[in-house]
Amino acid sequence: MRFGVVRFPGSNCEQDVVHAVQHLGFDAGYIWHGDTDLAGYDAIVLPGGFSYGDYIRCGAVARFSPVMAEVVRFAERGGPVIGICNGFQILTEAHLLPGALLRNTGLKFVCKPASLRVEESVCQWLDLPPGTVVSVPVNHNEGNFICDDETLERIRGNGQVVLRYCEPDGTTADGGSAPNGALDDIAGITNERGNVFGLMPHPERVVDPVSGGTDGQEFFSAIAERVVNAG
Amino acid sequence: MPIPDLSPELAPQIAVELGLKLEEYEKVVEILGRTPTVTELYMYSLMWSEHCSYKHSKKALGMFPTTGEHVLQGPGENAGVIGVGDGWAVAFKMESHNHPSAIEPYQGAATGVGGIIRDIFTMGARPIASLNSLRFGTLDNPRQRYLFEGAVAGIGGYGNCLGVPTVGGEVYFEEAYEGNCLINAMAIGLMREEDITRAVAAGPGNLVVLIGSTTGRDGIGGASTLASQEFDEKAEDKRPSVQVGDPFEEKLLIEACLELLDRKLLVGLGDLGAAGLTSSASEMASRGGVGLDIDVTKIPAREEAMRAFEYMVSESQERMLAVVTPENLEEVHAVCERWGLRSTVIGEVTDTGRFVVREGEAVVADMPAATLAHDAPVYHPAKERPAYLDEVQAFDPMTLEHPDTVEGLNNALLRVLASPNICSRRWIWEQYDHQVMLNTVVVPGSDAAVLRIGDTGRGETTERGIAVSSDCNGRYCYLDPYAGAQIAFVEAARNVACSGGRAAAITDCLNFGNPEKPEVFWTFYEGVRGLSDACVAFGVPVISGNVSFYNESFGSPIYPTPTVGLVGVLEDVSAHCTMDFKHEGDAIVLLGRTKNELGGSEYLKVVHGMVAGRPPRVDLVDERLLSELLVTAIGSGIVHSAHDCSEGGLGVALAESCIAGGLGATVDLGGTLPPVAALLSETQGRVVLTVAPEHYDALKMLAATHATPCTQIGAVGGDRLRIEGLVDLALDELREAFEPTLERLVHGQT
Repeated sequence: MRFGVVRFPGSNCEQDVVHAVQHLGFDAGYIWHGDTDLAGYDAIVLPGGFSYGDYIRCGAVARFSPVMAEVVRFAERGGPVIGICNGFQILTEAHLLPGALLRNTGLKFVCKPASLRVEESVCQWLDLPPGTVVSVPVNHNEGNFICDDETLERIRGNGQVVLRYCEPDGTTADGGSAPNGALDDIAGITNERGNVFGLMPHPERVVDPVSGGTDGQEFFSAIAERVVNAG
Repeated sequence: MPIPDLSPELAPQIAVELGLKLEEYEKVVEILGRTPTVTELYMYSLMWSEHCSYKHSKKALGMFPTTGEHVLQGPGENAGVIGVGDGWAVAFKMESHNHPSAIEPYQGAATGVGGIIRDIFTMGARPIASLNSLRFGTLDNPRQRYLFEGAVAGIGGYGNCLGVPTVGGEVYFEEAYEGNCLINAMAIGLMREEDITRAVAAGPGNLVVLIGSTTGRDGIGGASTLASQEFDEKAEDKRPSVQVGDPFEEKLLIEACLELLDRKLLVGLGDLGAAGLTSSASEMASRGGVGLDIDVTKIPAREEAMRAFEYMVSESQERMLAVVTPENLEEVHAVCERWGLRSTVIGEVTDTGRFVVREGEAVVADMPAATLAHDAPVYHPAKERPAYLDEVQAFDPMTLEHPDTVEGLNNALLRVLASPNICSRRWIWEQYDHQVMLNTVVVPGSDAAVLRIGDTGRGETTERGIAVSSDCNGRYCYLDPYAGAQIAFVEAARNVACSGGRAAAITDCLNFGNPEKPEVFWTFYEGVRGLSDACVAFGVPVISGNVSFYNESFGSPIYPTPTVGLVGVLEDVSAHCTMDFKHEGDAIVLLGRTKNELGGSEYLKVVHGMVAGRPPRVDLVDERLLSELLVTAIGSGIVHSAHDCSEGGLGVALAESCIAGGLGATVDLGGTLPPVAALLSETQGRVVLTVAPEHYDALKMLAATHATPCTQIGAVGGDRLRIEGLVDLALDELREAFEPTLERLVHGQT
């Protein structure tokens, strides 16, 4: 199982993702944003950071990187793609996922653990039972998910909402539990097919127990198992 | 010989306008043997400014111990370096960006972070963490709220984008900083010992390459007009002297420079900070004993019609200067281009020892390179003990009326807990990415940050760690600069020891007023003496640092603020300790002994509105024994929590450990002290520990071998903090006082 982690100018969580998947015993390699060859990778990770300085709009420049055309093709063929934080923003800019990420309603960057409730979804990246609550840190200035009503209805109906922000006991607070104002407390969504997954929280930060916890391990091991089983 | 562009009559006038003293101008004339050019005057005025030359502080700084078994690089380079075991080396330094931040807090603080990070990767180290030490006026003033919010956003905005975690820091709010806030940024980097790089130019015929951003007029004269002068009503006019940061460019610079160094493509690398190209080029040349020949018309400009001196002193951010052999040039260009960075040959190394600046064909400056970096005059400023000290020190806090009932003391403790100087800093550090790079083992909010030693980018992690803390209570330094500086050191040492780290080395940022005033210089001298004595007593060297003078507004100096950034080493990072109470039934133990020391305390300020008395006494021998005891006890694995007693005393320390752990405590302090002193005295040399009851005897024996008083004062449990005869409060009441204060104040609520 080999993860390919894309490196844009300004990415800064790519080494964290590589460390995390290697900690779990999987192989990983970096893919330069100017490259167009994804051969040899079983899953693609768009990591967090500030690609191209997040200038113009988060992810707006990165989606035009040469590698992104290949990532789109890879996803269209059913290849597993995960976008974490800035990677999620890039996936929405590239129209691999619906919606957009606005500035946090608090107008502040926010770095703290977030409780997430796993929803019943078609996402291939998670095998946790619906209702499971995990604690995964968020770390962003623009994580306020938004989409139009029609899209919201559609992604709810299709089982595309993968994760919602919640309280530690799994409930939703009055007025919502999102640390960023996200619509319907949405923390992560998938495409209709379930192979493309975007989320604002950083699961790679809770893989190595020395520096965080273990709640993020499933975010990489489930897809690896699926890929290996598909052989 | 440069083309003369100033008459002998006009030159001294311009020199004085640029901040040179007349006798300094005459020294320049003597060095050159002629009337200097405009460009030369700009270059000398910046390099000989206090900020770049340390001309007022150099002699006093000679007191610091700077060597030791861990030290791989002491002061004098861009950052100091220590060995932390197994061939790993840690570079670190702290620096001020006070005056730019007082004018434009977001950019001032952001570029402060950018500057100190460049110092770190210039040494060949990957930046792995940053900290900050901030001082503002009180938050009831909207201007102070603007400065505070802006500085925090700037630090976050820059550091978060770089992907360097901001892991710790400190902040105080005092009237004395109203007109002159302090923004001190510290950065830490990691490398292999053999990869230490020095900023040196060598090899005549080698090329001088400017990497990174274009050069504009931003920041011109920052070191002389901002950093080396007091503020007055013209401060707003100085806004154009504040640089603007681009963290994206800096991120690319980090990656490109580390790659260039890793592939051994550079002869030397320096960063462009204060005084821009002039400073980095002259320092690199003088270290290498060579000359440089630079043509400003080759420098990529971001503005039109820039003059030669503007190129030479511009403080445009995110630029690096490299010396490259002609054979490697093409490869250097290729690496930079891959990272989307400009790299431009702007000159070459010569064997003349002279720094020659050309504007095309015309020579506009020509001077011995070493005279810029090394020949600034050294002053021995007069010093005189300030008169206010007798008055403030004579005050006896026990002449006041103090609460002595549980109700009164409950109230006093809650008010101190809610004080902006004590309360939770969560509102700040949740705006900083404190986890990226996956080495942050203890996040902000405990006594010290703990980091794993490892380069996850290269797939190398170790079991080792470092603990790091920055500290300084300016109020103590105001009341007694010698003792205050020592307290800054011992508090940092206790914080690090409470986390399990053995103190290895410090950096410092010495923030003071105008050194040309004898009363101010006396406080500086005493502060340096105090800090130096503490370092000697602990066997801990100063490996880097920064002096920031002229922190005054309208003639009134800030509190003397010698900030200490201390790094300690943990052989096994998993054996670290945190401050939160963890298990019901654990024994709560006080190491050290409380004395009646309310002088300069937070209680005195919050409840009585007074800053007076003598700060707590420091016993350096006891402090060192305490630190050694903590490292040994924590290393043995029996300690469940450890928390240093500092501002707010035992009352605050117990409350913080309760809040952090979500557990109450029942405590009996015993003794014969007045109740308010037992609870809120700020006696140094004390730590609150918890151990399982069965390990108390072992701890007590260990403490005895370290001649440290060790007393069980209570047990963890329940949901209230009960201190016999003094305090009885629910955890929720403690939280309600401690947690929301900063956010409330920032929003203008009281």
